[in-house]
Amino acid sequence: MASSLVQSNEIPAPVADDIAAHHPAGVHAVPKRVLLGVYGLLCVFTVLTVGVSYIPLGPANIWVALFVAVIKASLVLMYFMHLRWDSPFNGVVIIAAMFFVSLFIGIAMLDNKEYQPNLEKPAAVQAVQQ
Amino acid sequence: MSTATDTHGPAVAEHDASGHVHHSPHLAHHFDSPEQQFMSAKLGMWVFLGTEILMFGGLFCAYSVYRRSHPLVFEFAADEYLSTPLGALNTIILISSSLTMAWGVRCAQLTQKAGLIVCLILTLMGACGFMVVKTIEYTRKWDEHVFVGEMFEKNPNRYIITGTTVPPKAPTSSPLPATLTPPPNVADGNAGTSDVAIIRPITAGPAGISPDYLVPPAPVAEERSPTYEQLSAADKKEVSTFFSIYFLMTGLHGIHVLVGMGLITWILIRATKNEFSSEYFTPVDLVGLYWHLVDLIWIFLFPLLYLIH
Repeated sequence: MASSLVQSNEIPAPVADDIAAHHPAGVHAVPKRVLLGVYGLLCVFTVLTVGVSYIPLGPANIWVALFVAVIKASLVLMYFMHLRWDSPFNGVVIIAAMFFVSLFIGIAMLDNKEYQPNLEKPAAVQAVQQ
Repeated sequence: MSTATDTHGPAVAEHDASGHVHHSPHLAHHFDSPEQQFMSAKLGMWVFLGTEILMFGGLFCAYSVYRRSHPLVFEFAADEYLSTPLGALNTIILISSSLTMAWGVRCAQLTQKAGLIVCLILTLMGACGFMVVKTIEYTRKWDEHVFVGEMFEKNPNRYIITGTTVPPKAPTSSPLPATLTPPPNVADGNAGTSDVAIIRPITAGPAGISPDYLVPPAPVAEERSPTYEQLSAADKKEVSTFFSIYFLMTGLHGIHVLVGMGLITWILIRATKNEFSSEYFTPVDLVGLYWHLVDLIWIFLFPLLYLIH
């Protein structure tokens, strides 16, 4: 990556069809088999998460679904979005965003049950008001 | 030209075989090198994607808080109204269009113009397919009088219809039984059809002090999702909030898909003009990142909304 992107005289004229490593000019093209492999995995995980959702696991269902979704998201981020070969700083940016979203949701969920009775009218009041 | 070479050194300019100094036509003057320019653009895109995640984070937070406090509403509404096959179909469509987009970026990097154009067209078709399925889903809900906010509560009889089978149409001239008169002031395009026959009555909550006040509704013992009758009176009121969350999350995501379709079209037009090569493919790469983020958000939306059984 030391050389610049735009060095036309350094790019070999016939570019190999399946370049796995770094391009001489700093371009990294994801190999075809990696793209197809990731796509296959994403499809398998989609089928898996649909299948698991029909197995009653109680509260574990949501965690299994989220776990599979996180794996799928990581695959997309790492391979389709090049994060694996990218500057680590880009990864830091996106992980920070996800971290703060989970922090936001986590803290909001902490006392979620505590104030619910104040938000909802009891059924009896609603019945009278109807 | 010569001063630029003096101040910036060899990084800014290259000497070709004839000894002349030349810049990349795409290099803006405030960047040292095309690589730095590319990295800066990419970092800017990632920061933007971070803000996108934060924006959706608010909706995911609303979802989490609401699902935790009203689990039965989610089980009822998602199982009754959201089609898992359609959601799964959309997931596969979006993943496939993500693949073609990543492939298109690869083609741009390798200066394969024809491949890039084919990939972008396929991606665009995937986006169209996603929106078609979304339209089918939204239309079905609209027909069932399911929409955000108040509209749901104004048609309380509407959300008790079970099953997906459409009852045979009765002649419009047939008089309705007196006990099944539809509520007044409801603009109902289906008035007079026989679907009123399968509407079950709403059971009103008990008057006076209700045990609902003290203890949360007991979870349904059966494994299957609760029916509308099994929801508490408070939960019945909250079904419309589920659809507000559903429409806001999928609607904001759908807007992103539409924006992505515009961006891909723009890239497609530029690709046909031969503007991209292994020397310059920044717009393709950044639109690709945006498109993958749209896919990424759907990867979370799909199990959270459609896979509640």
